[in-house]
Amino acid sequence: MSLILENIDLKVGGESHITDVNLELQPGSFNVLLGRTLAGKTTLMRLMAGLDTPTRGRVLMNGQDVTGVSVRHRNVSMVYQQFINYPALSVYDNIASPLKLARVSAAEIDRRVRQTAEMLHIEHLLDRLPLELSGGQQQRTAMGRALVKDADIVLFDEPLVNLDYKLREEFREELRALFSKRHCIAVYATTEPAEALALGGHTAVLHEGRLLQYGRTEDVYHRPRDILAAEMFSEPPINILRGIVSGSEVTFDRRMHFPLNDDLRRLAPGEYRFGVRPAHVSLAPRAEDDIEVRMTVEMAEISGSETFLHVASELFHLTVHLEGVHEFDPGQAITLYIPTHKVYAFDRAGAVVHIPSHAGRA
Amino acid sequence: MAEITLKGLAHSYLPQPTSPGDYAIREMDHVWQQGGAYALLGPSGCGKSTLLNIISGLLEPSSGEVLFDGERVNSLPPEARNIAQVFQFPVVYDTMTVYDNLAFPLRNVGTPAGRVHERVLEVADVLELTAQLKRKAKNLTADEKQKVSMGRGLVRDDVSAILFDEPLTVIDPQLKWKLRRKLKEIHRRFNITMVYVTHDQLEASTFADKIAVMYEGQVVQFGTPRELFEAPNHTFVGYFIGSPGMNFLEVALRDGRVVSGAVSLSVAPAVHRAVAEARSTNLKLGIRPEFVEVHPAPVEDAMEARVEDVQDLGTYAIVQLRLGEIALKARVEEDEPLPEERAWLRFPVERLGLYVDEFRVEIPHE
Amino acid sequence: MNDKLYNNRAWWLILPMLLLVAFSAIIPLMTVVNYSVQDVFDAHTRFFTGTEWFRETLNDPALQAALLRQFAFSLTVLAIEVPLGISIALLMPRKGWQASAVLILVTMPLLIPWNVVGSIWQIFTRGDIGLMGWGLRELGYGYNITRSAADAWGTIILMDVWHWTPLIALLCYSGLRAIPDAYYQAARIDRASRWAVFRYIQLPKLTNVLVIGVLLRFMHSFMIYAEPFVLTGGGPGSSTTFLSQTLTTMAIGQQDLGPSAAFSIIYFLIILLVCWIFYTAIMNLQKDKQNKGA
Repeated sequence: MSLILENIDLKVGGESHITDVNLELQPGSFNVLLGRTLAGKTTLMRLMAGLDTPTRGRVLMNGQDVTGVSVRHRNVSMVYQQFINYPALSVYDNIASPLKLARVSAAEIDRRVRQTAEMLHIEHLLDRLPLELSGGQQQRTAMGRALVKDADIVLFDEPLVNLDYKLREEFREELRALFSKRHCIAVYATTEPAEALALGGHTAVLHEGRLLQYGRTEDVYHRPRDILAAEMFSEPPINILRGIVSGSEVTFDRRMHFPLNDDLRRLAPGEYRFGVRPAHVSLAPRAEDDIEVRMTVEMAEISGSETFLHVASELFHLTVHLEGVHEFDPGQAITLYIPTHKVYAFDRAGAVVHIPSHAGRA
Repeated sequence: MAEITLKGLAHSYLPQPTSPGDYAIREMDHVWQQGGAYALLGPSGCGKSTLLNIISGLLEPSSGEVLFDGERVNSLPPEARNIAQVFQFPVVYDTMTVYDNLAFPLRNVGTPAGRVHERVLEVADVLELTAQLKRKAKNLTADEKQKVSMGRGLVRDDVSAILFDEPLTVIDPQLKWKLRRKLKEIHRRFNITMVYVTHDQLEASTFADKIAVMYEGQVVQFGTPRELFEAPNHTFVGYFIGSPGMNFLEVALRDGRVVSGAVSLSVAPAVHRAVAEARSTNLKLGIRPEFVEVHPAPVEDAMEARVEDVQDLGTYAIVQLRLGEIALKARVEEDEPLPEERAWLRFPVERLGLYVDEFRVEIPHE
Repeated sequence: MNDKLYNNRAWWLILPMLLLVAFSAIIPLMTVVNYSVQDVFDAHTRFFTGTEWFRETLNDPALQAALLRQFAFSLTVLAIEVPLGISIALLMPRKGWQASAVLILVTMPLLIPWNVVGSIWQIFTRGDIGLMGWGLRELGYGYNITRSAADAWGTIILMDVWHWTPLIALLCYSGLRAIPDAYYQAARIDRASRWAVFRYIQLPKLTNVLVIGVLLRFMHSFMIYAEPFVLTGGGPGSSTTFLSQTLTTMAIGQQDLGPSAAFSIIYFLIILLVCWIFYTAIMNLQKDKQNKGA
């Protein structure tokens, strides 16, 4: 089962919600839709499910045009942000409900409900009512209902938003393992870059109804196509510095000049925006061609194992993500090192013109 | 300005609580010092919201005392406590402008218009809301609304503490970074006691100087983020703080060796002694994924493990390992070599903690 | 611009509805329009009169008086029922068995048919056996709805308030229940007075249900017929003869089909116009707020 969206537009009352989206989802793939609130994630899912019909373009399932086919004929299931279950039915009957509608035999229903419940670790709760359960267990029940019917496409619309941080971690790991064994297409919407990375698979970065980039999650993260995709897919947000390349050097902050190293030599003279991941800035030089910058600390946020430094010079701000605990007072002067071999360069239009050769491990 | 003291505080939603399980808050003593930035961290249902409502006065505790600067306030309503609260979902007065929203708490107590104006402009400036002052609060974005509800607490001169109830729940990740910085900045500038309730350890640890970790109605550890990370005094804290949480291995002494399940662990003599001295059968060794040494090739005193999965999280990776039957996680930085199929592990003694009946026992080391 | 790309076949789906509306509304209405521009003597003799009936009707002093009475009545009951309904909703308990009990009690008057309401009050106000009529007389007030226009008016308004305030109360109650607790908590922390809580939290959240309530009540009260007809028969004199009763007398009693058809149309247009003005005014009020904000 493959799913193809072809030149999809959706306009409602003259307002564009989705603009020219082309997307091909492979059979058995796990796909994350990453984007901010109102980026069009839910809308795109509704189009995939057949809950909405695109204004333009086609939706193909297994090569067959299903653009106008209603959700009832598509074998799709969906899990929502809110925990949606039938409040009057037990967990067992909740999970069994899609099978009952499909008139599956009682013995088969029993087998599949128990199997699904076991997979989701709620086999001991089958007799309970949803409202007697914790939030996590309610969401597991809702997932059970989505998974039990062997849908061709399973859609998750920010399913973990209303759950505790720690529970989210567990769910992500389980989902990753669960879908590695299934053949359906899974689509998962989230606003959090970290969640996309933790889920793996493929990622589609959305912004204002447009698809910025789609590919394997690591590739999209390490090789953003443009500055927007890089900004959407980074947490803490990637640092963007303006710089001018002239001859054999780069000028930042009007005063700081640096010779171009081997990596950046191919850049033609002109103005660029350079992207530096917060985790790549360090307190000590790691390579000879690191750029030394003197900044002032605005604030240090210390979690138990990491430090997030917010530093500024007259012309730019940097966010720095350091391993370990480092204490700094606001106003303190600090020297930092930016590794030039890990820097991205974007042209004036925002398109990426240079990706560091060591991006990621791949 | 206030120091908030909780003395023998307990609360149950039942009229006649009998067992400890009936209590949402089990008896506790706690002090929040004037001007501190604190977090109350725990999973849902641990009692953290109950505690917050007791402090703000929305709820009266079943027993014990709440003291503000030594004065008992148990039965004082919220309006008499000089406390501000920011809720999970932004609460603004829809039909009022941002200006009127900010002025509201001052006008309610008949503050002269000149003073109101002065304070509103000052607070709007700090919160970067000056440009929005004339807009209706209804039309703001979620983060702007949260700033407005925070601002209503800040305009008052008499506010002694601001309580935050998971205030960043509805905010997008990129904006969370900005708003969290703003919070810290405000804390520094106004010298107000702040208590921040959350289930998100990153939010808690980046905001607070000290964190109280709550579990089943009790504060299990109160310490700096660093203490919680490096020396969690309870297995729950080890699990809850850190992402992923601490690895725990159930251990025992068998034939003179420290074993976990069928695996004989290679650990320092100090660990061996500590395990031998412990008087319980519930023994666990805890080590953070950050501190597990992972080698792609055999090294001295290392234990061989199977690599089950590698999650690339951008600038680092989490490797899922199996040591015998025990599942372990280790964090490998971008610049470090990743193991394939097999890995060789070492547990540095200074990073190991021994947990006897779920509580930490220090392992002496040089 | 690309609206034409919408699937236009969906329009067929509203065809049954269109037919239904045609039979139930448009055809009867057109019949009335037909009569309103003709003078009908019998089944075969009729003359086209143009706008004559309309002019005549609009200049009829009896109808003008009825129209004024009608507006006075509708505005009075709205002015009483809306604040009263809101107050009752605010006083109603929010949970527990008391909430259910009060809810049933409040709903009761709504369940009684119009003409029965009239009969109930007719008996209730009788001086010999009615509790209110008898009681007031015993207290020394010469209460008599068949003689005193003021008494008749007062009683009809009282009856309408009794019958319909629960509707406003119920609508507001449901609106109030939808306000999250956090709003009240925030207001307490902001030291807001009870009045401020009402003015800035409860009233804004009630706007939408109140619009519906006011529209419904306006239309209802403007068309009131059965209750005053049973209670006072429009008297004493014509002091409580409202529009619909005047129209009925004209159409059925006097068989003046032309003028009564013209009058029906004017009646219909007045209700439509008032509702439209009210609705657009409220909506514009909200829109202005948004525009100012943007």
